[in-house]
Amino acid sequence: MSTRFDVVVVGAGPGGMAAATVAAEAGCRVCLLDDNPALGGQIWRGFRPEMARKYTHGNLFIDCVARLQRTGCEVWQGWQAIDQPGAGFLRLERDGASLDVGFGKLILATGARERFLPFPGWTLPGVMGAGGLQALVKGGLDSTGKRVVLAGSGPLLLAVGAGLVVAGARVLGIYEQAPLDRLVSFGFSLIGQPGKAMEGVRYRLKTIRTSYRCGSWVVRAEGRGRVERVTVTDGRKEWSVDCDWLGCGFNLVPNLELPRLLGCRICEGFVEVDRLQESSVAGVACVGELTGIGGVEKALAEGQIAGLAAAGREAEALALGPQQMRLQQFAQRLERAFALRPELRTLATGETVVCRCEDVVRSALEGCGSWREAKLHTRCGMGACQGRVCGAATEFLFGWQTWGARPPIFPAAVSTLAAGAEDSEVVAR
Amino acid sequence: MSEGLWVTVNGIKVRVNVGTSVAAAVMMAGEPCRFSVNGEARAPLCGMGICMECRAMVNGVAHRRTCMLACAAGMEVVTG
Repeated sequence: MSTRFDVVVVGAGPGGMAAATVAAEAGCRVCLLDDNPALGGQIWRGFRPEMARKYTHGNLFIDCVARLQRTGCEVWQGWQAIDQPGAGFLRLERDGASLDVGFGKLILATGARERFLPFPGWTLPGVMGAGGLQALVKGGLDSTGKRVVLAGSGPLLLAVGAGLVVAGARVLGIYEQAPLDRLVSFGFSLIGQPGKAMEGVRYRLKTIRTSYRCGSWVVRAEGRGRVERVTVTDGRKEWSVDCDWLGCGFNLVPNLELPRLLGCRICEGFVEVDRLQESSVAGVACVGELTGIGGVEKALAEGQIAGLAAAGREAEALALGPQQMRLQQFAQRLERAFALRPELRTLATGETVVCRCEDVVRSALEGCGSWREAKLHTRCGMGACQGRVCGAATEFLFGWQTWGARPPIFPAAVSTLAAGAEDSEVVAR
Repeated sequence: MSEGLWVTVNGIKVRVNVGTSVAAAVMMAGEPCRFSVNGEARAPLCGMGICMECRAMVNGVAHRRTCMLACAAGMEVVTG
């Protein structure tokens, strides 16, 4: 048995919440589903309405939740979309139970993850993504007094640093690989968007005791059984910092598995969409980070466009076009400012693990000419994460194109896979 | 920590706040989550259910993504 909605939205971050809200307000029967236990996606992770006002975007989060809850939109939390067993429905799984959900229109807002790049020691316990560390601290990890180094690239590093300082950690240094001159011109380009510039200033003020160095990057992490020391460089000299944790991520990459499974055309790493956010697959729209890494405002604008379009209110959707265009340009400036330097391709040595699931080292990959060849010969990308970590790394290291997505797009129970199209059980939600 | 609860990680009792993820509890117990195919200790990486490095056995169910799971009183986590 399955349940059917006019509009199903996958991903309950800002883009998905906006899409679901406007579609439901326009009278559609809407279901918003997410694999996380709470609304907000990654950007608003851990925001609880009673304390959200103290966070950046806190008021926006509260307003978005309140507006969503005033609609009749059904919110299904903890459900993972794993397959499209037939046209017009998705198969979901939660705690080993499965359910098929049917849709007239589908809006994907599956967000982004960090790009991890391999360097010696990156598999040591205590080395995490920068956003990963933030998520764990928001999830209750006690960071009081912990010595933390942050490295990699992107505006997220500063936001994570600010959050960790507030949580009581000692942030010893933030190492941004992008050079100062590019970040200065990026800063000037924000003159038209004072809100974004102020957000950066506020994060910097919170981390004012921490050195923020542009044009520097991590070389290796060392320690017995866990990270104890990180070595960084500015390209001329190297120095080491003793620490308990290293948070290291190199910008964000979109979670393309579901759009790929559905056959949406991808262009230069992002889903190709029209002015109504519709992908190359009729009835499937994509919003937010899937179409370009641009943050909350872009996701909200695109979510509204897709939600209005799904409800047949195309004129209102198109009226948001100029705003969306400005935010898409911001995404492009962001990408240029934080473009990765070629030196990062040489951090992993021959013995450095690239695929963490299957322990495939770099030297095993050097002879491969493509992602397919690497999978066939080495099992790179064939483990539990299905290439979510090493795929983006090998794209950068070797220029390989990752492609396709096979069901299930997340590890799932055999009973979920075996369920017939009509007999997967509806479970108590 | 008025609203604390106890979980065990490889037999180690850990007191956590309500809402703490199991991955955070495993880290606070000082235990790795799993051992890789070549026997390396691994701990959480992405914190958001993508990388699978934090998977462990929770209340007898193997391969739970512990970063996506909240602690419940008396929960038993076995890693490795």
